[in-house]
Amino acid sequence: MPRSFFIRTGKVLVSFAALTPAAVLAWRAFHGTLRPDPVERLTHVTGLTGLIILLVTLSLTPLRRFTGWNDLFRFRRMLGLWAFAYVVLHFLIYLVFEHFFSLSMIAEDILERPYVTVGFLAFLLLIPLALTSTRGWIRRLGGKRWARLHQLIYVAAALAVLHFLWLVKLDTREPVIYGVVLVALLGARLGKGKRVK
Amino acid sequence: MLIRRTPKIHASEVTDERTYLDRREFMAASGLIAGTALGGARDGGGLLGSIGRLLGNEDDELTPYEDVTTYNNFYEFGTGKDDPAKQAGDFRARPWTVTVEGEVNRPGEYHLDDLLKSADQEERIYRLRCVEGWSMVIPWMGVSLSTLIDRFEPTSRAKYVEFVTLYDPQQMPGQRRRVLDWPYVEGLRLDEAMHPLTLMAFGLYGKPLPNQNGAPLRLVVPWKYGFKSIKSIVTMRFRETQPRNSWQVAIPNEYGFYANVNPHVDHPRWSQATERRIGEYFKQDTLIFNGYGDEVAHLYSGMDLRRNY
Repeated sequence: MPRSFFIRTGKVLVSFAALTPAAVLAWRAFHGTLRPDPVERLTHVTGLTGLIILLVTLSLTPLRRFTGWNDLFRFRRMLGLWAFAYVVLHFLIYLVFEHFFSLSMIAEDILERPYVTVGFLAFLLLIPLALTSTRGWIRRLGGKRWARLHQLIYVAAALAVLHFLWLVKLDTREPVIYGVVLVALLGARLGKGKRVK
Repeated sequence: MLIRRTPKIHASEVTDERTYLDRREFMAASGLIAGTALGGARDGGGLLGSIGRLLGNEDDELTPYEDVTTYNNFYEFGTGKDDPAKQAGDFRARPWTVTVEGEVNRPGEYHLDDLLKSADQEERIYRLRCVEGWSMVIPWMGVSLSTLIDRFEPTSRAKYVEFVTLYDPQQMPGQRRRVLDWPYVEGLRLDEAMHPLTLMAFGLYGKPLPNQNGAPLRLVVPWKYGFKSIKSIVTMRFRETQPRNSWQVAIPNEYGFYANVNPHVDHPRWSQATERRIGEYFKQDTLIFNGYGDEVAHLYSGMDLRRNY
């Protein structure tokens, strides 16, 4: 069986997996079973899924190095875009249900509440990455410059973890775990840099 | 507010929820209760129902029993909202004694059944507003805290009441981690504690308090954020000086002693101007003193509510 067949099948499977949390949320929202606090669920699940997919995207480079499986790179753009989709969804839920399109309330949130500030910043940073994810943009920017721009994904992921950490009241276990994973992924990549030298 | 006197109930003779709701519907239908939305609990409805209710509908429908008993902040049983319902099943709420001490003429160990005999229980339907920005409407069963306090005969030096929750990591697994400085402590000024709205609750929806809601007895102070309404109380200490409540100790710039519901004083990390009724998608405006201002605002006249948050 040709290699392209496996990659194509893999992409379909990954897309189904990535779509599942959103589909389950939509189903439950319209059937009234997203209880007791539906908006909290929508917000939390979309945000967390976005963060997890972002971290999975970041794990592809170190994974490729350890496994030697080069085809992993074929999933980078798709996963990155899925992460972005969840972040957009997360923001839309905030826009509609948290503030009902009140731009002044949102502005106040962003300016006065650090966890919102960093979360919004992470969202903003991901926008140019999503826009320049096409082959055309890679060509236009040139591989090196494109790669440098896309290192912003680490900044965005760090801000997302901070966003999570600063919004919990006291129990910081979960955000700390994601922070540790992020640092480990970054460490794996830096390790590689040294070895090349 | 609605206060309705009901005969004293024993655990053995409480009505089950279905009959209970039927009775409410009957009473509403027969005009015994006018002007309030007591036809029964808000049902699911989902997103579409919520959109339908968006247009100016801010009545106080009861939050369904299932939501009241599965969405709880009770860190003694874990920090997740669903942890208490999952982890509190084996909690032993009987036998139970409450230690009354400090500036009172009649200190001692009071048995739960003894306290239950203090006065007839009333049903009170109160809004509960959490500092996190969500709210519920709950039919509590209980007695005015003032009737209990009268029994203990506070001395003239008693200015505050300190309440303490049970400390028992065996039974309360959340206490095995020091997320808060256990045991949980709360406090009220004596005039707040004596206010007729302040309730010592022993039940909700006509049943004894479920463990996850603070069995066997808890405070309900409806004009303050939910964390003031301390659960599973084992000690009431009357004192001359203001006690330090647990959340104030944990994060002093975010949580104060008074914690009155106030849409104009934001929590440092989020606005308090609006709130979301549990089960709803869209938010509604938060009312000063959670809508009980006519009854309680005089307690704070002359005080800077921005400083005394």
